[in-house]
Amino acid sequence: MKKMNLLQAINDALILEMRRNEKVVVFGEDVGHFGGVFRATSHLQEHFGRERCFNTPLTEQGIIGFANGLASQGSYPVAEIQFADYIFPAFDQIVNETAKFRYRSGGQFTCGSLTIRTPYGGGIAGGLYHSQSPEAYFAHTPGMKIVIPRNPYQAKGLLLASIRDDNPVLFMEPKRLYRASVCEVPEEDYTLPLGKADIVTEGSDITLLAWGAQMEVIEKAAQMANDDGVSCDVIDLRSILPWDAECVAQSVRKTGRLLINHEAPMTGGFASEIAATIQDKCFLHLEAPIARVCGLDTPYPLAHEKEYMPDHLKTYEAIKRTLDY
Amino acid sequence: MNDRNHLSNVHVTHSVNVIENGIVDIPMLQILDNEGALIADANAPEIDKEKTQKILYTMEYIRLLDERMVAAQRQGRISFYLACTGEEAATTASAAALSDDDMIMSQYREQAALAYRGYSTEQFMNQMFSNRLDPNKGRQMPIHYGDKKLNFMTISSPLGTQIPQASGYAYGQKLQGTDAVTICYFGEGAASEGDFHAGLNMAAVLKCPVIFFCRNNGYAISTPADEQFAGDGIASRGIGYGVKTIRVDGNDALAVYTATQKAREIALAENCPVLIEAMTYRLAAHSTSDDPTGYRSKEEEAKWRERDPINRFKRWVMDKGWFDEQAHEAMLSESRQAILAAVKTAEKVDVCDIDDLVNDVYDTVPWHLQEQITELKAHIKKYPDAYPKTAKGVK
Repeated sequence: MKKMNLLQAINDALILEMRRNEKVVVFGEDVGHFGGVFRATSHLQEHFGRERCFNTPLTEQGIIGFANGLASQGSYPVAEIQFADYIFPAFDQIVNETAKFRYRSGGQFTCGSLTIRTPYGGGIAGGLYHSQSPEAYFAHTPGMKIVIPRNPYQAKGLLLASIRDDNPVLFMEPKRLYRASVCEVPEEDYTLPLGKADIVTEGSDITLLAWGAQMEVIEKAAQMANDDGVSCDVIDLRSILPWDAECVAQSVRKTGRLLINHEAPMTGGFASEIAATIQDKCFLHLEAPIARVCGLDTPYPLAHEKEYMPDHLKTYEAIKRTLDY
Repeated sequence: MNDRNHLSNVHVTHSVNVIENGIVDIPMLQILDNEGALIADANAPEIDKEKTQKILYTMEYIRLLDERMVAAQRQGRISFYLACTGEEAATTASAAALSDDDMIMSQYREQAALAYRGYSTEQFMNQMFSNRLDPNKGRQMPIHYGDKKLNFMTISSPLGTQIPQASGYAYGQKLQGTDAVTICYFGEGAASEGDFHAGLNMAAVLKCPVIFFCRNNGYAISTPADEQFAGDGIASRGIGYGVKTIRVDGNDALAVYTATQKAREIALAENCPVLIEAMTYRLAAHSTSDDPTGYRSKEEEAKWRERDPINRFKRWVMDKGWFDEQAHEAMLSESRQAILAAVKTAEKVDVCDIDDLVNDVYDTVPWHLQEQITELKAHIKKYPDAYPKTAKGVK
């Protein structure tokens, strides 16, 4: 075990996997000698050479198009999009190409070995274009997997699993935790399962569900509720697609109440999918409407960032409303 | 760290210099004249009798297939078709200059390249009829072929997406030292997509052994080339990216063969991309959903029909004494019958199992798709008459 922050855990996972599998190739804007604007790819070029870790021209559609070709050829590309806000130029390559490669060719060709890493999320004064959480756009795309870790331990295990998974994975990294989140991380090889939620705390009165950086927020709200005598089942969804509905449903059958928190705007956010599914699977167990505590339906603002964010206080208030219903 | 100077190649001037068209003059390689005779100071490539005959046969076979399948679409037997009439030389002769290990990534009008590689009449039919023998499992529209064994990447409809993919594929070939290149076909319309820019720039910077082969046939559906770009075609752009570039007469099979052979040699030896712009003309309608009389004249088409790439090449082959009209006619009549028979066979083959609706979305079928297919099967079972193609497979 070694104390690592989220970036160090990601860097550790990349080094481990590049050493283990010589077909792993890492590229993107500024990821080469410089090691990435967040330093997630530090020393990779030094260890593995320019052929396996390199800068690309500044073109997101190019990065993912190139990655699709490389993956279909049999390499294991780990492509970086500098900020999730800038993934949209590559939307066509991801949605029409990456995700449909296997299906449209009847399984003859696939981009299954591709992993797309991208920092996402707000809370760093990033304004409109350094704060977005675009997971719901991609959750509407059959063929993709979407994974979001909440801490360094999760990040290493989930990233290794993502690179090895035989499906294209969009791996979204909560950038406000890059240096803020520190924990013990095994130095050896380990993976965590994709498509499985993680029960962080067991409780009996209400289920609180989130992912990524918002886990800290709902854990804080759960603590406040706990001080009032409310027992919360706290779940980290970890995988947005495919997502672990059975784990959430089991919890809701026990607690009868569900609150979902995410940073992305409310309308069309992934909480809508979860709420509709759980309402269907747990109709007779629900004792209150499913609560969604989300970002506002606005672009991500700068000066009003604090007001915009679905923080612990908004979550705490929603827990009380749900319990009082 | 290296010191770099991006001004090192910049030529300094002290008066305003406006750069205009015409500074770069890109010639078009031609080896055969319009009548199919070897041009006086041109050299025919070294190409043996067998390969020559295969090129000619493939071009004629594809024209035949195109005619028959356009008719089959008109009869409502297949839902869609897209002919390559007029462009047979560009795609056949370029494919002939490759090795079978080279990856082909195509747009959709390159069926001749696939036929040259060995795709059979039955395979063409199974894909077009979306039956259970279709390697795509009936999921894609007709003409979206693909064959892993023949190193022909499955076609997709979004234009230009295969261009940066070809760069990535070629990079992988280089990394693994496969001694193979990737060829990437696209039309001049697709070259206006952002992916063209991304793909060429990345290939040049990252040194990928890829041949970008542009079929400049004058039209993107109804849009003529002069509404597509204002520069000197597509070739002039290659120069801007630092990509070695060749412009060739796309209706001259020998010129296309020579250009592609040279491009392959450069790409492999120097690990770099090469752009070929083949100047040709889309004699066919864009597709069976298009009627070109709405946007171009019969006279224009007639002019290009005189420069038919097949006749031109055939004359040269005849002059060499490598072509026997009688044997050829027998071969064509055999193909014609084989195509008609294959249509009849393929249209009788069932569609894939209903489970193939959810297979291959992922490597395995996840829980939510399992739920959806189970529900769908129960529904089909309840209303079998409404789903005649699949009902008998759902018990």
